[in-house]
Amino acid sequence: MTRFHAAHSLTEALALLHEETDTRPMAGGTDILVRMRRSPPAVPLTLIGIEGVPELQGIREEPSWLSIGAATPFAAIAASPLIAAHAPLLQDAARAVGAPAIRNMATLGGNLCTASPAGDSLPPLYVLDAEVELASKAGRRRMAVSDFILGPGETQLEPGEILCRVLVPHAPPIARCQFEKVGRRRSLAIAVASFAGLLRVDGAGRIAGARFAFGSVGPAAVTVPEAEALLRGQLAVQPDPAAVERAVLAVCATVRPIDDLRASASYRRALAGNLLRRFLSPPSSPGLNAATGHASHG
Amino acid sequence: MSTDIEFELNGKPVRIATPETRRAIDLLREDLHLTGSKEGCGAGECGACAVLIGDEIRLACLMLAGQLAGRRVTTIEGLPHSALGARLLRAFAEAGAVQCGYCIPGMEMAAFDLLRREPDPSRERIREALSGNLCRCTGYVKIVDAVRLAAAGDAGPESPPDGAAA
Ligand SMILES: Cc1cc2nc3c(=O)[nH]c(=O)nc-3n(C[C@H](O)[C@H](O)[C@H](O)COP(=O)(O)OP(=O)(O)OC[C@H]3O[C@@H](n4cnc5c(N)ncnc54)[C@H](O)[C@@H]3O)c2cc1C
Repeated sequence: MTRFHAAHSLTEALALLHEETDTRPMAGGTDILVRMRRSPPAVPLTLIGIEGVPELQGIREEPSWLSIGAATPFAAIAASPLIAAHAPLLQDAARAVGAPAIRNMATLGGNLCTASPAGDSLPPLYVLDAEVELASKAGRRRMAVSDFILGPGETQLEPGEILCRVLVPHAPPIARCQFEKVGRRRSLAIAVASFAGLLRVDGAGRIAGARFAFGSVGPAAVTVPEAEALLRGQLAVQPDPAAVERAVLAVCATVRPIDDLRASASYRRALAGNLLRRFLSPPSSPGLNAATGHASHG
Repeated sequence: MSTDIEFELNGKPVRIATPETRRAIDLLREDLHLTGSKEGCGAGECGACAVLIGDEIRLACLMLAGQLAGRRVTTIEGLPHSALGARLLRAFAEAGAVQCGYCIPGMEMAAFDLLRREPDPSRERIREALSGNLCRCTGYVKIVDAVRLAAAGDAGPESPPDGAAA
């Protein structure tokens, strides 16, 4: 039989995690409760409820970064003017999670700690160079989101540790960004593939920095530094088609998708390339591949 | 191991001894005999167990009894207590939105949540708000009609643009 304790402060949550054996934090419960029902744990677990811990809530602008409490639900991220101003990619991802009731429960920290290859927040946080702050009774540590996530269901989180905040560093202005999630339907769909991309430009409108990350096409979000480098110096509004094709090829060669019931590996590979091509091609340009079409209702 | 849990249920205080890990849906249906909330999938995918926790729509199959402590819980049984809730339930009947009925309490909770915040939503907004609620009988059209009918300033059901699921 599992037990549940609601913590009311971070100190209390850390003490509870530390004192008892076989404890797990529970934020919104939308992953852990589904998982425990599907495969009941071999040993009784004590769940430490952290959704009511004030230190883990809220979105604040601080001198070096935007700070997002780990237990902030996606509904709050979707509605936040600060997120709209500083991290629109994350806002679009938050709006794509589940459906309204799920977004009221599911938290950003839970999404990261679950470390699903399909986690919607991951591609935006990778391209925004976001960091996580972890706390335990021993103290705090910080690392890049891309280092925190090790693979499906695996993170750097140690027993007794809590993810406290996600930090999105202030960075040079972004000229254009886009989040795309391709699923079988618009709501309650796990991504077949997802994409977050952003471009920074110099005074002449040339790409000074391009960042892309892809979800659901590898064990964690996949970045392709080679493709990013290939686009440097290109006109942001009209990059050389040959450079775009080289970048697309680099993406297709780098992603490591699997076959599953939602899509085949080869479909996902083509999709990843097409998502990048569509991001880089001006909206009016013809010849977009049909495979990137948004899944429609139903 | 049972603990006494206190919360407000449909406007009235309740106190009940229950294991803190009991699912909220079981507490409501089995222990408190409020069987209006339904369990469809038990995994957050269908919305049949939707309830209001405070002012938020949530799923009772993915909440533990311990999470209800000190909260305000509204189930479908509490909807007729408000003018909007009563109007909404009537609109579902008038629009013929109900077939087998299993998904309807969850639909009505999600629609109630929307109409409280947005008294006059477009069909598109309604479909978005109900996008976490599955119905396997209707084509959703009459359900959207019902919410429009209940909405303030409505002039009657519009002709539906298409019959696809939200
Ligand atoms: C119907 C449904 C639809 C969904 N749709 C989507 C979707 O579209 N996109 C998507 O990305 N996900 C989706 N999910 C998955 C899930 O909702 C998200 O991953 C969510 O962000 C998890 O957050 P949570 O707070 O509910 O996590 P929980 O279930 O509370 O926790 C998940 C894991 O993280 C750990 N944990 C949580 N918070 C912390 C913390 N602060 N510190 C340390 N450990 C912590 C827990 O111990 C647990 O192992 C869906 C789930 C359901 C049930």
